[in-house]
Amino acid sequence: MTDVVTTVAVAMFAGAVRVSTPFLFVSLGECLTEKSGRINLGLEGTLVFGAMSAYAVSYLSGSPWVGVLAAGLAGSLFGALHGAICRLPKVSDIAIGIALMLFGTGFAFFLGKGFIQPTAPRLQAIDLGFLVSDPQLKVALQINPLFFIGLILAVVLWWGFANTRIGLVVRMTGDSAATARAMGVSVDGVRFWATTVGGFLAGVGGAFLSLFYPGSWNEGLSSGQGLMAVALVIFSRWNPLACVAAALLFGAAGALGPALQSVGISQGYHFFNAAPHILTLAIMIATSSSKRSLKGAPGELSITK
Amino acid sequence: MSEEGGRAIGVETIGMTKIFGSLVALEDVSIRVRPGTLHALLGENGAGKSTLVKCMMGFYQPTRGQMSIEGHEVAIRNPRDASEARLGMVYQHFTLVPSLTAAENLIVSRPDCPEIIDWKREIAALDAFMATMPFRVRLDTPVSNLSAGEKQKLEILKQLYLDRRFVVLDEPTSVLTPDEADEMLGLLKGMTTRGELTILMITHKFREVTAYADEVSILRRGRCVGGGLVGEIGTQEMARLMIGDAEIRERAARVERTATPVVLDLAALHASDDDGLPAITSIDLKVHEGEIVGIAGVSGNGQSELVEVLSGQRDLDDGRILVHGHGFEPVRDQMARLKVFSLQEEPLRNSAVPRMTVAENIALRTFDEAPIASLGWWLKPGTMKARARDLIARYRVKTPSTDTPIENLSGGNVQRAVLARELSGDVDVLIVANPCFGLDFASVAEIRTQILEQRNRGAAVLLVSEDLDEILELSDRVAVMSGGRITLDAPIGATDRSAIGHAMAGGH
Repeated sequence: MTDVVTTVAVAMFAGAVRVSTPFLFVSLGECLTEKSGRINLGLEGTLVFGAMSAYAVSYLSGSPWVGVLAAGLAGSLFGALHGAICRLPKVSDIAIGIALMLFGTGFAFFLGKGFIQPTAPRLQAIDLGFLVSDPQLKVALQINPLFFIGLILAVVLWWGFANTRIGLVVRMTGDSAATARAMGVSVDGVRFWATTVGGFLAGVGGAFLSLFYPGSWNEGLSSGQGLMAVALVIFSRWNPLACVAAALLFGAAGALGPALQSVGISQGYHFFNAAPHILTLAIMIATSSSKRSLKGAPGELSITK
Repeated sequence: MSEEGGRAIGVETIGMTKIFGSLVALEDVSIRVRPGTLHALLGENGAGKSTLVKCMMGFYQPTRGQMSIEGHEVAIRNPRDASEARLGMVYQHFTLVPSLTAAENLIVSRPDCPEIIDWKREIAALDAFMATMPFRVRLDTPVSNLSAGEKQKLEILKQLYLDRRFVVLDEPTSVLTPDEADEMLGLLKGMTTRGELTILMITHKFREVTAYADEVSILRRGRCVGGGLVGEIGTQEMARLMIGDAEIRERAARVERTATPVVLDLAALHASDDDGLPAITSIDLKVHEGEIVGIAGVSGNGQSELVEVLSGQRDLDDGRILVHGHGFEPVRDQMARLKVFSLQEEPLRNSAVPRMTVAENIALRTFDEAPIASLGWWLKPGTMKARARDLIARYRVKTPSTDTPIENLSGGNVQRAVLARELSGDVDVLIVANPCFGLDFASVAEIRTQILEQRNRGAAVLLVSEDLDEILELSDRVAVMSGGRITLDAPIGATDRSAIGHAMAGGH
């Protein structure tokens, strides 16, 4: 019995590390965007488009890292588009986000048709298996460098929000646009850049999907991870370090179904596969209240205003 | 900050004029603020005070006119020019970022804010700066946790931290208790007398002008109509200059009553604010027939939550509201049955639908009843408009037509339209919250008269107001709210301004 528990636990740990990276990148990007006072729901589209462009460029150039860069650049174009449209008066950032989500996924399917068949070079994992003797753990410790980059990024963002001028200006813009304007800060400019950089991160998250895990390009690749990551930011209360924990939690939840299957429990496989979605719903309900506003929410955010 | 004396600078406007389209907001205004003085700028809403200071601060470009600083003509093209000229302004609505700490707010406001902030060094520098100031604010607390008074102090500290030598204060005491206001103005006055600072203070409180200002300038309809040294110019004269010869409707006389029954009874009300923290605690209050009970208090002490509870915008955690002894839940049919009506602050937000027409807004309480509706759902726009026309005439609402969206009307006329809707029927209970906020004298007089008339007719009126003068003028009984509790409840004759002020600060 303990064996089964260990197996499931190790599989979930492995899953958490493996599956969490796209969640992490998208939520960090969204965290930055939302801290500046804008919400970009289009990151699901950015994620899928990033996955497609990473795969295509990796295939065409032969270098997966060039693919990652291409995904990031494609993502920043989407972010920039969102930021530029939201500059116009009376434009709802939520509506534009949904439009860009549909556009991003649709456009990715359109351009990506020819890349479903070929095999592109994939990202290599860093093998930390030598640290342990357990064979299962050895496999689990094949960790993608993007995961570590994500961790470093989370710390940098967390530190930057408190200790750099840019960090303070982003928070100021997100919490009180009037104050920012009074200090001569271009509110739209800050939000434009925050959305663009946020889009870059989401694009990189997409590259992970197509170049590492699951590691191929097809139309069902993301299954809503970009949207879940947006919910995850709210759950993390706009704190980049909490985003890491939340991404790991979601990753572990996603690994629950396959982990149980690997020890022979296949009953309710699809139910357990839906665990991240159920978790999203449960967390949203548990952390919301009709009587109080969200703590820590940037004051300018259109969903909390 | 090294040189103590002689830091204050003198500022002068010469023939300042600002025209927006066809509206002359400011016409040929010349005022001279001498260095090291506290200069008051008096005027009604819409008199051009904020246009004038916005021109001085570079937010607006004046159509004509110049600024001169220390006798030299200076062009202030934008807010950056103003801050380089060491001019600063504290707005009525705070320009602090709520989620940032006081220290973060100060650092980020600096034009030379370093890219990477060495907090150890900055905190030491801030502590050293604070030590030279007459008042202090906790540096490591997020601004959202500071009281209104502390925020006001932080705003002023920010101006000094940025080495501003001429500071405009826009109604600086509106969020303070009378004692806090006196303390703050006393300290600022000290700084001007020592020559550390020059202050231009926008206000409409004569008491503050006579007690603290050195000089005063009075604006009316965009023109500077007078001014001079405080002491040489009396309050009567200031009021005359400020209001002009505007015709003001005679106030209704007060009908005296004795021993009338209780109409509105609030029993141990508890409610929470948006963060889930207790906003009002054990509110017990009785309002009798033909009585106005005024609730005074500094804004943010639970008054708006109380009004929201009574008007159905916020859930009660505990307690009961009784009207004529019946349990009352603030829902539409009970309001109609028990004749409970309300006049709210910011009517465009709380009591009108901005994009619906004036006629529709006036009909909000009656549109599904005869004669406007048949069977409760078939509406007759003709009848609705006819009724609206009648009320518009009776309540002197100035509107181009009954079909104009109500958001296109001026603040005074929106409030009059709401007044027409709420007061045209039979009123047993009237909930009123800051009804005159931001309105001109004529509208204020009109609205107060209407409230008094309802009282004389026998309505129980609960008046929540941040304007102590309004409370003292209208109320039969005064209650004070502080920290979500009633800290004073007394007949108007048995209390005075200082007792009320003491209770506003939380004393019992």
